[in-house]
Amino acid sequence: MRYESVLDLIGDTPLVGIHALSPRPDVRIYAKLEGQNPGGSSKDRIALRMVEAAEKDGRLRPGDTILEPSSGNTGIGLALVARMRGYRLRVVMPENVSVERRQLLEIFGAEVTLSPPEEGSNGAIRLAESIAADDPALVMLFQYGNAANPLAHYEGTGPEIWRDCPDVDCFVAGLGTSGTLMGVGRYLKERNPAVRIVAVEPPSGELVQGLRSLDDGFVPPVFDPALLDRKLIARPRESVEWTRRLLDECGIFAGISSGAAVYGAVRMAEQMESGTVVTLLPDGGWKYLSSGAWTDDLDVVVERATRINYW
Amino acid sequence: MVEVRLPTLLRPHADGATSVGVEGSSVAEVLADLTRRHPGLEGQILDPAGTLHKFVNVYVNDDDVRYLDALDTKVSEGDVVSILPAVAGG
Repeated sequence: MRYESVLDLIGDTPLVGIHALSPRPDVRIYAKLEGQNPGGSSKDRIALRMVEAAEKDGRLRPGDTILEPSSGNTGIGLALVARMRGYRLRVVMPENVSVERRQLLEIFGAEVTLSPPEEGSNGAIRLAESIAADDPALVMLFQYGNAANPLAHYEGTGPEIWRDCPDVDCFVAGLGTSGTLMGVGRYLKERNPAVRIVAVEPPSGELVQGLRSLDDGFVPPVFDPALLDRKLIARPRESVEWTRRLLDECGIFAGISSGAAVYGAVRMAEQMESGTVVTLLPDGGWKYLSSGAWTDDLDVVVERATRINYW
Repeated sequence: MVEVRLPTLLRPHADGATSVGVEGSSVAEVLADLTRRHPGLEGQILDPAGTLHKFVNVYVNDDDVRYLDALDTKVSEGDVVSILPAVAGG
């Protein structure tokens, strides 16, 4: 394999069996390793696609500064793409993300503005919107409302899964912006309407304590609830436990949201007689070493995970 | 009895309770009994049309009821119903 640019490495990630974690002998589980992307997560896909779309429609011009609210991975993906394409980047990020996320943004040259930790990603979105309103020169790509986000998965991730695993019965992924689920879900259902699309989310509303009223809630504009068949909560304990089991039983070193996705995949597998579940592991474990997820006492890590924003 | 867990932002409307024991065999009945016990919650979870507030997610155990039978979702003795505000990730 030979490439002319690191950006050409984005996508085409491997699908690997994690059947050891299946509770049923006749249900196979495959995991798509998005941590293999050059910026380390599935968000490289949408970063590249959103920048290309903005270049094409003239919203983004050489030397511009991109502004984006992100809890980490989208910011890191954008930092990589911005560096290669000659843009500056300012990321608005909740203060309680892991130290590695901030370090990565900084080494790629992004400017980081911190938002109140108790408001979670909702607070980062609100602060980014107010910064953008004060400075019209900033170009906000806004992953939550940008059609290029689900499109990157509709044209990339979805076809890759179908190519590698046309026998997929159920696709399970984490819900953040909903881009992965919307893009992959729409593609797979067009190929086979019987494929079940299942979302997993952390109990963020429990962890984000700073919302004053329900009107401070947020549903991403790109989210179409009709595409989902089911939505499950994965709590910090289950997420950390399955992150550990991925490493211990499958040799896969993945992030904490990957543990949540695997928990969802296992829950779905439990209810099947036979078949194939595909899940997506958004990133590798590198950015979570400081959380002690693999090394410290489980109760301590779980308590820590309720305070850091790992989604 | 069914345990209903309340998010931080609704607790002031429920005398500070983090969880409330209620009776009911469907989500609708559970929410009605909850509001009977804590009238301050009236209008917080359901919109005026009687459907779930746009930014509220309700779970029976780990399942979002919007993908089950919504307010008609069956609830059994010992189940935990969690009410959470919609929050972004990414």
